[in-house]
Amino acid sequence: MEAVYTLIEMVVKNIVVVLVLMGFVAYTTLLERKLLGRLQVRPGPNRVGPFGLLQPLADGVKSFFKEDIIPDEADKTIYVLAPGISLFAALSMFAVIPFGGTITLLGREINLVIANIDTGLLYLLAMATLGEYGVVLGGWASGNKYGVLGALRAAAQMISYEVPLGLAVIGTIILAGSLNLGEIVAAQEGMWFIVKYPFGFIFYLVAGLAEINRTPFDMPESESELACGFNIEYSSMKFATFMIAEYAHMFTVAAIVTTLFLGGWMGPWLPGPVWFLIKVFAVIFFFIWERGTYPRLRYDHIMHFGWKVLLPLTLLNVVVTAALVALGVL
Amino acid sequence: MIGIGIGFKWFIFVVAALVATGSSLMMVTRKNPIHSALWLIVTFFSVAILYVLLNATFIAVAQVMVYAGAIMMLVLFVIMLIHLEWGAQWTSSRSFAKLMGGIITIMLFLQILAGVFTYSSVGQHGIYSAQKLAELGNTRAVGGLLYGKYVFAFEVASILLLVGIVGAVLLARKRKD
Repeated sequence: MEAVYTLIEMVVKNIVVVLVLMGFVAYTTLLERKLLGRLQVRPGPNRVGPFGLLQPLADGVKSFFKEDIIPDEADKTIYVLAPGISLFAALSMFAVIPFGGTITLLGREINLVIANIDTGLLYLLAMATLGEYGVVLGGWASGNKYGVLGALRAAAQMISYEVPLGLAVIGTIILAGSLNLGEIVAAQEGMWFIVKYPFGFIFYLVAGLAEINRTPFDMPESESELACGFNIEYSSMKFATFMIAEYAHMFTVAAIVTTLFLGGWMGPWLPGPVWFLIKVFAVIFFFIWERGTYPRLRYDHIMHFGWKVLLPLTLLNVVVTAALVALGVL
Repeated sequence: MIGIGIGFKWFIFVVAALVATGSSLMMVTRKNPIHSALWLIVTFFSVAILYVLLNATFIAVAQVMVYAGAIMMLVLFVIMLIHLEWGAQWTSSRSFAKLMGGIITIMLFLQILAGVFTYSSVGQHGIYSAQKLAELGNTRAVGGLLYGKYVFAFEVASILLLVGIVGAVLLARKRKD
């Protein structure tokens, strides 16, 4: 009987997390449009519902009823699969992130994480690289030269920034002594890793921005030169899926920053999930804020920065942190 | 309960093994190199599932991260960059290469068959039993062996990779003439 209960618990947890996550992702799009509007001294969407609160719903319905176009030149199977790959990777990353402690429900101890696996951090890195396949394949399969250019840029950028991204989290592994995200959160009781390991936090934010293709690293879809790049031929629900995947990925990266550097779900007075959401939305606010602040970089500058500045700095950071831990300073 | 667990494991093993074999067949028979690369990614994935079934989670995740993620992305990048996907239809006409490939494949297959039927795989047990791995943690065990007992081999392998990088830079450098 116990196995059946465990199975039911897993299924319910999965469904609840995915539904809640999709709700937050939908409203992150509204938050971005509202905040970006305010940063550019305009009101942002405010027509659908009070304060524009029903805008995400209207967007969803609209894109659902648009005509779905598959170009003649497209590689049809891959063209259809690509948005799904993006969304799948972004959602499955969330499986290992702990968003609360344990709660007791109906007499059962429930751990607020979907899969508490031993190699959680490596799993996150692995899934993040798979998410980029959606962008690369979508751009290529469109059979459009701008799409291929966007795909090439996405691939090159991912290869360049994945290395600093991996190196930036090594310090947290050294400090926590574990790859399990639950144990990493537990190790930050009393002091967050952002205090002990501030440069790692900065490097992770920069490399993470490149990973989710946001300004100033939004090379694959830079609209002024590539006319939207990898998603140029996409329309209707497939385009919407790419958009949802992008925002889900942004939400997940914010959740990873929260877990690795900002103490995860832990905090005084309020329950764990509430603290988790507060911290995640603080990071998302930063992502939107910097999008409204910085211009897009030039492509060769991004490559130069990744290999010749970020990579040596993150390497140095790992060496210094390891030395400090070995000497007993941290 | 244990019976169900083993049956489930067996089911997953069969599915993963079949997908691995099928996708590697698809990989070598596709005309478009991008499709081949994608089928290779599927193969890497199903092999990673086999690693998980063998309690080697670290190797499994590393396989997905390094091979299915980074290396295949590089392969896709190169194929797209030099536009191989439109001009690679010549492979079908080379009958000599096909013949040699067929002979080599049959030889390797016979070798594997001979190995399976003549060698009984009762080797000596290592010190890392499933229980010990569970209490030590998989990553910790691999890391301890890699940087402890086998550190020399590990460093030699890394020097080899470094030589590869230096060689690639040397070849790609612009010649001053």
